Amino acid sequence: MPPLARASRVRTPRRAPVGGGALAYLFLAPYLILFTFFVVFPAVYGVWVSFHSWDLLLPNKPWVGLDNYRNLLDTSTPAGGDFWQAMKATGIFSVFSVPLLVVLPLAVALILNQKFRGRNFFRAVYFAPYVLGVAVIGVLWTLLLDPNIGVVNFYLEKVGAPQNIAWTTSLPWAWVALVGVTVWWTLGYNAVIYLAGLQDIPGELYEAAKVDGASRWGRFRHVTIPGLRPVLVFVVTITILASANMFGQAWLITGGAPGNETRTAIMLIAQEGLQNFRLGSAAAMSFVLAVFLMVVSLATFFAFRERKG
Amino acid sequence: MTDEHPFERRSLSRRRFVMSAAGAGASLWLAGCGGSSTEEATGGGGDETTAGDGGKTYTGPKVDLAFWNGFTGGDGPFMREMVSQFNSENKNINVKMVVQQWADYYQKVPTAVASGRGPDVGVMHVDTLATNAARNVILPLDDVAESLQLEEGDFAQTIWDAGIYKDQRYGIPLDMHPLGFYYNTAHLEKAGVSEVPMTREAHDEALEKLKGAGFEQPFWQSSTWPAHLMFMSLLWQFGGDLYNEDASQATWNSEAGVEALTWQRNLVEDGYSPPNVASDADYIAFKNEKNSFHWDGIWQTQDLAKTSLPWAVAPLPQIGDQKAAWAGSHNLVIMRQKSADENKLQAGKVFLNWISEHSIDWAKAGQVPARNSVRESAEFEALEHQSILAEQVDYVKFPPAVPGIGDAQAEMEAAVNRAVLGKQSPREALDQAASKSDKLLEDNKKKYGE
Repeated sequence: MPPLARASRVRTPRRAPVGGGALAYLFLAPYLILFTFFVVFPAVYGVWVSFHSWDLLLPNKPWVGLDNYRNLLDTSTPAGGDFWQAMKATGIFSVFSVPLLVVLPLAVALILNQKFRGRNFFRAVYFAPYVLGVAVIGVLWTLLLDPNIGVVNFYLEKVGAPQNIAWTTSLPWAWVALVGVTVWWTLGYNAVIYLAGLQDIPGELYEAAKVDGASRWGRFRHVTIPGLRPVLVFVVTITILASANMFGQAWLITGGAPGNETRTAIMLIAQEGLQNFRLGSAAAMSFVLAVFLMVVSLATFFAFRERKG
Repeated sequence: MTDEHPFERRSLSRRRFVMSAAGAGASLWLAGCGGSSTEEATGGGGDETTAGDGGKTYTGPKVDLAFWNGFTGGDGPFMREMVSQFNSENKNINVKMVVQQWADYYQKVPTAVASGRGPDVGVMHVDTLATNAARNVILPLDDVAESLQLEEGDFAQTIWDAGIYKDQRYGIPLDMHPLGFYYNTAHLEKAGVSEVPMTREAHDEALEKLKGAGFEQPFWQSSTWPAHLMFMSLLWQFGGDLYNEDASQATWNSEAGVEALTWQRNLVEDGYSPPNVASDADYIAFKNEKNSFHWDGIWQTQDLAKTSLPWAVAPLPQIGDQKAAWAGSHNLVIMRQKSADENKLQAGKVFLNWISEHSIDWAKAGQVPARNSVRESAEFEALEHQSILAEQVDYVKFPPAVPGIGDAQAEMEAAVNRAVLGKQSPREALDQAASKSDKLLEDNKKKYGE
């Protein structure tokens, strides 16, 4: 064994810690209890609900078997038609927002990782929108983006852009607005995670690459990107999940308009379950959405897995 | 916020929900602690003669009543003032008012009632009564109506009838809040329109004159709220109706409906309105003197009164073959309790009766009282805007008292949105929404066991 490696082995535990596995479970217990009550139990209960025509307040909650799921597969039913339209809306939003929310924050993080005057100020500026609640940014942008009385169109017209772009009431502008607002709002969060990842990459690697004659791009491609891999997987996964769960922005800014074109899956599920009191159908929708998200998350995970050889 | 309706697509913010839930929880806890320390003094209040007269008097032990409603706007302080007056007049009843957004309220009340932690009394919009009655959230109030000699005679017929579901009364009508026709008096003057246009011809002519006077877009047609309220009013004006007799089918895609929605869309096509008017923009524009006409609920009178805008309000003009206007109505309700408390029930009825009798104070909040005697009083006549809009009382209409009707109404609202935005023709949009609503209505009939 080379001396360096031996020196790094500071100490070797002689035996297993007292209590063995039991102690580990004891430490895990608080989390497990919360997890069981607030995740596992509701999820299982939700499956049960999805097999019924379920209204919390009606004495009869008739068993309907797979009907709620069957309705979702049949787009001629109200639930099925609405659901796939909402899934499509969620899909469109995710396809456009995820790449932007993966790439732009990385660029911002790379810049903010440089040494320059006022760096901390800019770090704060980019993160600032994220501390606002969705209600705040929703009301804010509804007014800013209003097609007829909004500030955005007012200035766009001054610089000669087409008149009265319908940011909140027509396609594709509604999607441009929703994706744009979301990127502005959450960019800072991803940037901070990237920044932490960047600071974890040892400086020696960059020096070694420089010595070997690697260009700036080469160093980014062969040092930064591999060094960020775990962070990248994390960012991509949570961004996909966050985009797929988009609700507040559409609820407040477009209200689903035009028609129900920008009504996302979560928005529909909330309406179906909490406003129209069809909890069984809403639960079925949730599970179908959950399966989709699991598949997408797994695909992401495999796409980023370490390639051998 | 300009809205005032349970089905508005707003304010479902999780944070607000949690906060108001916490507030409500706290007040319930306090109410629970209030206790009835004087209970023994009157022997528990099981006495039939004192506790069972349907809301005339309450002589039992001191009780606390939780009173929930959604008066978050300028109307809140008026109701709060009435409650405190009630409390000072009724020493053995202590009403505690809890306010939350209507959207939260309609989700939370049923859940709270189901878990036995609901309020004692509340307020509900007339078009939600049937749903809440069918879902066992509220109690029938026929005995209250009877013992208080509340009868149709003292109420406008449509308002009185709207509170009935399956032959039982579930709400004591407090007010009605119709749509009204707001206009900018300075604009009309400048355009040389001397009389408020109340017919279709006069209305068309006024729009042209306004345009000629430099008000390029005098009537902004919103694509969202309150476009569907306008649509309902126009549909009824053209002789149509929302649903068939037993509300098993939507009938808004009739010729009357198509004509109504086409009229709305044409405001945009003819250039009287800019395209793509988003939520609240029409009202904000009106407040900034950008448009001359604006149809909105009576509740805006209180907000406009605070401005220096040259405005006035009139009943809706008659665009169709007959007069009609959409209206909402707040009804007083009593919530079902897991374990019934006769004293609280009786005290609640006394409270309902008192509020109903004092509805002139409530009218000042920008409402038209449901009681004829109050509406015809000199005191109400003195309320300028409210009394003008009260003229519509004979022909206002509500959506039918059918549980789950909101589901179908939402489809109609989306159709109006599509057509006003020009995404679909009025006929296509209404047809599509009607066929979808028919399925929802059928599902609801099954679900609520009609």
